[in-house]
Amino acid sequence: MTEDVESFRLRARAWIRANLRPLEPHEILAPTLALPVQTEEEEHAALARERELQRMIFDAGLAGIGFPREYGGQGLTTDHQRAFNAEIVGYEYPARLQAPSFSPCGAVLLDFGTEEQKRRHIPAILKGEEIWMQLLSEPSGGSDVAAALTSAVRDGDDWILNGSKVWTTGASTADWGLCLARTNWDVPKHRGLTVFILPIHQPGIEVHRIEMLNGSTEFCQEFLTDVRVPDSDRIGDVDGGWTVGTRWMFHERMLFNSPFVSIPVGTSPGEVGADSIVNVARDTGRFDDRCVRDLLGEAHMLELVGQTLRRRIGRGVAAGRISEQSAAITRLFAGVSSARKATIAFEIAGPAGAAWTADDGAAANCGDDFLMRQTSCIGGGTTEMARNVISERVLGMPRERTPDRDRPFRDVPRSASNRA
Amino acid sequence: MLLELSSDQEIFRDTTARFLTSRVPISEVRSLRNHPAGFDPDYWREGAELGWTSLLVSEEHGGGSVSGGGLVDLTTIAHEFGVHAAPGPLVPTNVVAGTLSTFGGEAHRPVLESLLAGTSVAAWCFGPAVDTDGRGPAGPRCRIADGEVVLDGVQRPVEAAGQAHHILVTARAEGGLTQILVPTDTAGVSIEPMRTADLTRRFAAVTFDGVRLPVEALVGELGDADELLEYQLQLAVVIGNAEAVGALQTAFDMTLQWAFDRYSFGRPLASYQELKHRFADQKTWLEACHAVNDAAAAAVDDRSPDAKELVSAAKAFIGDYGSELVQDCVQIHGGIGVTFEHDLHLYLRRVTVNRALYGTPADHRQRISTVLENRKERA
Repeated sequence: MTEDVESFRLRARAWIRANLRPLEPHEILAPTLALPVQTEEEEHAALARERELQRMIFDAGLAGIGFPREYGGQGLTTDHQRAFNAEIVGYEYPARLQAPSFSPCGAVLLDFGTEEQKRRHIPAILKGEEIWMQLLSEPSGGSDVAAALTSAVRDGDDWILNGSKVWTTGASTADWGLCLARTNWDVPKHRGLTVFILPIHQPGIEVHRIEMLNGSTEFCQEFLTDVRVPDSDRIGDVDGGWTVGTRWMFHERMLFNSPFVSIPVGTSPGEVGADSIVNVARDTGRFDDRCVRDLLGEAHMLELVGQTLRRRIGRGVAAGRISEQSAAITRLFAGVSSARKATIAFEIAGPAGAAWTADDGAAANCGDDFLMRQTSCIGGGTTEMARNVISERVLGMPRERTPDRDRPFRDVPRSASNRA
Repeated sequence: MLLELSSDQEIFRDTTARFLTSRVPISEVRSLRNHPAGFDPDYWREGAELGWTSLLVSEEHGGGSVSGGGLVDLTTIAHEFGVHAAPGPLVPTNVVAGTLSTFGGEAHRPVLESLLAGTSVAAWCFGPAVDTDGRGPAGPRCRIADGEVVLDGVQRPVEAAGQAHHILVTARAEGGLTQILVPTDTAGVSIEPMRTADLTRRFAAVTFDGVRLPVEALVGELGDADELLEYQLQLAVVIGNAEAVGALQTAFDMTLQWAFDRYSFGRPLASYQELKHRFADQKTWLEACHAVNDAAAAAVDDRSPDAKELVSAAKAFIGDYGSELVQDCVQIHGGIGVTFEHDLHLYLRRVTVNRALYGTPADHRQRISTVLENRKERA
């Protein structure tokens, strides 16, 4: 019999309180957009701790809440995951292992993997033994994910991969990757793709860190040269990669309403939260300023509306009342409202947004966060793409002209200097 | 509105939708512009028979809800009011009925019965505008003299005051805010009609000049109306928002259809990416309006601790983004969108007037800020 949500909640609460360290106030409330720059040693130590925590959570029977029991999960629902997300607030937890390892990667394995693939990898992910990453975006592609140039060529029982992927979070510390590659150049772009899985640390894969304008180096670019992948590590059908890919991107958009991912309620990684904006007001001594209170109210309003919107869309999709494409609605809202919150924090910080010291508390870094503001409207697909999806797929408006649509991908122009 | 209604809620909502379609079709709504009351008493009484005024009233007083959540059920009716741009004092009558059922005394029972039956309507003096610095100085004052309540001052705008038999008045007394149920025919009450942007609703300025009433007219305790007012404000905001969301849904659907039907430069408006992206924004705001008000309604019904902030988030968001949405609908229509002949303005009016009532978006952002500050202090 399935454990009901309330008894699961109590079980989770008891275990969390008995086993996990409560976070210090600065760990909860620090603005999260400008991730602290870590040395490689610090990064590895932090990750090792996260793997250890994940193993503890697994042993306690609380890992992989939405994954089926036969793969080491709990076989429970989004509501159970939501209960866990409420209980984990304020405690140390393995944040970096959740996405993309549990979802979209783990979720895609669950949807499309063979029985053998699932049994090999999903329990390892749930135990914190395998950290996964997404080899999806490419340097030439931008939002046009289906225009992937990384190629996979059949060689007996293997495939040989060549190309480059980019914007991979934490590739330097990951173990496995989910990779979209082109297997057929003679059909239109969506019909010539295939998805593979592969270990990151192997000859033929070079990982370079990318330094962002705020000094963060969590993103990477990978260069694949004659990387050999056995056919048994293919996910889904040959040339059927776009079916896998659309589901992959669906899981990515549903991250905050996913049965697979533990994210403390009220926090959104890579986002300036309303709580931290309250601290900016406090630390700059401007809480009583009527304009500042208006802005604080706006920031919290956007957060509350975003939460209720995610719940509405999540439930609507789960119940089959609205199409999965509606996930683009939450993506658009999250991007725009997050950018607005970064602006609000910057506004309240005043001159501390221009120059700051560590003594400025929450107001420090608001300038950097503002510089990075647009990441919320770019990462995981731009808001312009979300607007196209909403207008065309949700509202049924005419599609934009796509000259590459019915043309063999080989003949599609790929740059101004390479027009066919 | 909720994506998934129970079958009982669906039948309930549908009954009102069909009634409004036949009784107040859009052509009729437009003609109500010149009607002195904005609605016909028989229309209201028949609506009351469909349950419009009983959802916030306890079963022992003759009310009852469909799902157990009276306010959630009422939002389905309010949504239809918005969809049909329907007339009638839905907000004030329900706020007063809910208040009298929960906090009223024996003396108020006959009034409650007439509201339930739809044979009379009530007005509600919201009182001082939402004010985060404590309650502001404006509004009527009251005192007890010779065993009677004496009321002086002005309140405006008061919806349906000219049509109401009773007004629930908020006044400042020695000890704090106080609520009094005032029959509109009491000596010293004068009601001056005001002009309004709405076609079907009527607002008035109400003056109380030495109005004397027995102490039984008090609702709740003298000087202790803060909790009542908070409850009433939450009800009024959620019901008004649900109307606004219904109006937004209709304006959006109408404009989307227009974008498919209307051709410029040989192609439908719907094929221009610039417009498609604006429709995507509109759709996102619209879904967010539905989501946050549904969450607010459920939180008020459940007496959840986050009800206050959710209600204010809903009012602030729907007020700002809803107004932008419907004005953008006007823009996409072009010149026809600002004619009296076109239906769009009926929805624009509903959203516009509701934005200004019961606290502006800025007022409600201040309220949210106060919630945040109090939470910080407790932490």
